Amino acid sequence: MKIAVCIKRVPDSETRVKIAPDGKSLDEAGVKFVLNPYDEFAVEEALRRKEQAGAGEVVIVCLGPAAAQETIRSALAMGADRGVLLQTDRIPADGFEVAKALAAELKDGGWDLILFGKMAIDDYNHQVGPMVAELLGLACVTAVAHLELAPGTGTAEREIEGGIEVVEFPLPAVLTTEKGLNEPRYPALKGIMAAKKKPLPTKPVALPPGGIEVLALLPPAERKDGRIVGEGPDAVAELVRLLREDAKVL
Amino acid sequence: MTAVLAVLEQRDGALRKVSHEVVTGARRLADGLGGEVEALVFGTGPVRGTDQLAKYGADRVVTATGAAFASYAPEGFARAVAEHAQAGGYRAVLFAASATGKDLAPRVAARLRVALAMDVTDVAMEGGAVTATRPVYAGKALLRVQLGGAPAILALRPNVFTPVERPRPGAAATVALDLPAGRVIVKHVKAAAAGAVDVAEAPIVISGGRGLKEPANFKLLEELARAFGGSAAVGASRAVVDAGWRPHADQVGQTGKTVSPTLYVAVGISGAIQHLAGMRTSKVIVAINKDKDAPIFKICDYGIVGDLFEIVPRLTEEIKKAVGH
Ligand SMILES: Cc1cc2nc3c(=O)[nH]c(=O)nc-3n(C[C@H](O)[C@H](O)[C@H](O)COP(=O)(O)OP(=O)(O)OC[C@H]3O[C@@H](n4cnc5c(N)ncnc54)[C@H](O)[C@@H]3O)c2cc1C
Ligand SMILES: Nc1ncnc2c1ncn2[C@@H]1O[C@H](COP(=O)(O)O)[C@@H](O)[C@H]1O
Repeated sequence: MKIAVCIKRVPDSETRVKIAPDGKSLDEAGVKFVLNPYDEFAVEEALRRKEQAGAGEVVIVCLGPAAAQETIRSALAMGADRGVLLQTDRIPADGFEVAKALAAELKDGGWDLILFGKMAIDDYNHQVGPMVAELLGLACVTAVAHLELAPGTGTAEREIEGGIEVVEFPLPAVLTTEKGLNEPRYPALKGIMAAKKKPLPTKPVALPPGGIEVLALLPPAERKDGRIVGEGPDAVAELVRLLREDAKVL
Repeated sequence: MTAVLAVLEQRDGALRKVSHEVVTGARRLADGLGGEVEALVFGTGPVRGTDQLAKYGADRVVTATGAAFASYAPEGFARAVAEHAQAGGYRAVLFAASATGKDLAPRVAARLRVALAMDVTDVAMEGGAVTATRPVYAGKALLRVQLGGAPAILALRPNVFTPVERPRPGAAATVALDLPAGRVIVKHVKAAAAGAVDVAEAPIVISGGRGLKEPANFKLLEELARAFGGSAAVGASRAVVDAGWRPHADQVGQTGKTVSPTLYVAVGISGAIQHLAGMRTSKVIVAINKDKDAPIFKICDYGIVGDLFEIVPRLTEEIKKAVGH
């Protein structure tokens, strides 16, 4: 099993969002960056599939700044074999540009599987995986929550509204991972030490801005100050009155 | 005439509710352009509800029929939409950011080699350009973008674009498409528990957290949901999903579903930032929590401080009276 996993370095989900002076981007001062949580499922799945096959290679591909080497190392510490950093200081807001850069790196790699998270928790773009699949002409299933593989084919389950789609696909394939697929392992100390010696070349890339121009990054719409209707069950009648007469939702 | 294409969804031969929202969003852009809205839907035959689309602002409805369109076929749909969009020269193509739309829109954008704005909560035509607003960083910020692509591709967050009736004289057409289904085949759909409304689509969501103490107590929330008369779904925080009390499909939040119901009731949920990521665009938020300092009270519209085990049963009674169920 030769498996590529695309991972992204993202601000930790606890991050307080402070908008940079340009009014268009995140002020990164003091922000802690982590491996995108959905990509952890992708890395874990790749490692399990390789372990089951008894042979193969898990390669991590990341597009990002020099500091993303650290993110790749954390995937190597989980057990991936090697990584590559496509280095750029600016990740375009247009996910298709990211997909093109990743596809160019992955092309002709002889992969059995290329794994992605279903979305990055910073940009919520929810698109890079299936775009790479289209660019490479590969079969693709998104938001996979359950996976079975047999030689040359696979069956995946994905949640849709009110049900679960059971999907069959041929290998090689691009899959994007949903929570529930597996429980990602924590890197052991041995893994962390070993990761330091694993190959991690850096390739500089320059991406065009693409078709999306950022006009502004804004604080979320203010909700008008929450109002405590009261305490205990006696406040319920007033709440229902407000829902009916004030909010008009009943 | 410049047109906007609304790509709709159907299930079991009937249009899904998100389809009205997509037509509504498309109408907004078309009005800004002085253009038309064309709605496109796939089915094995006529799709129920398409005759109502003119009411929401569609000028034209195209039903593409083919054996491959019985259920969602990712590759066949992507190819058909991309070819249709290419041929029609639309200014914008809109999808729902539903489970299907999130799968389909990126494939179509990549085939057309243009950008996609996903999970959009607002659209407009400004100075001749398509602009969109989308929540990023778990809803802690909004990104306003301009789409340069021709067409501009957008997927609209469900439940945000309230369908607006703007009747127009509409035309309908049916085209037969003979497409190979593709390599990725949806074999079947395992239905969720009968009668259950999906949290992502329900107009009312009652969510429970660790404050419920044990799984059996979720029956309090199910009773409250029933009191609303069948349109309410029961959601959950990650804490209770991870504990195995509720299925993952019910989880609301960053690693669960994004919901935007008319009414969201958070019961025994503290309001962690990752939970808020999934529900902060709800129209009205009610919180019930015994801790008056719980962060959920900072974003709710109405809160009651106190013991949920006393409050929820009373609320169920009062809602039954108010709604008459
Ligand atoms: C990467 C990442 C992703 C995450 N994704 C999600 C996600 O998608 N969704 C999500 O929900 N969380 C998510 N979380 C977890 C999140 O940080 C919180 O841990 C979780 O939301 C807490 O769940 P809770 O509110 O049910 O539990 P708690 O935080 O334990 O809150 C329970 C609340 O119940 C109240 N309570 C207790 N007893 C009563 C009573 N008798 N009556 C009234 N109130 C009572 C308490 O005052 C308290 O406020 C994520 C975390 C991380 C790190
Ligand atoms: N800069 C990047 N480098 C490598 N992989 C990425 C990058 N951005 C996105 N991805 C992958 O694409 C998935 C979806 O991201 P997105 O479409 O941005 O929400 C992520 O979970 C990653 O697997």
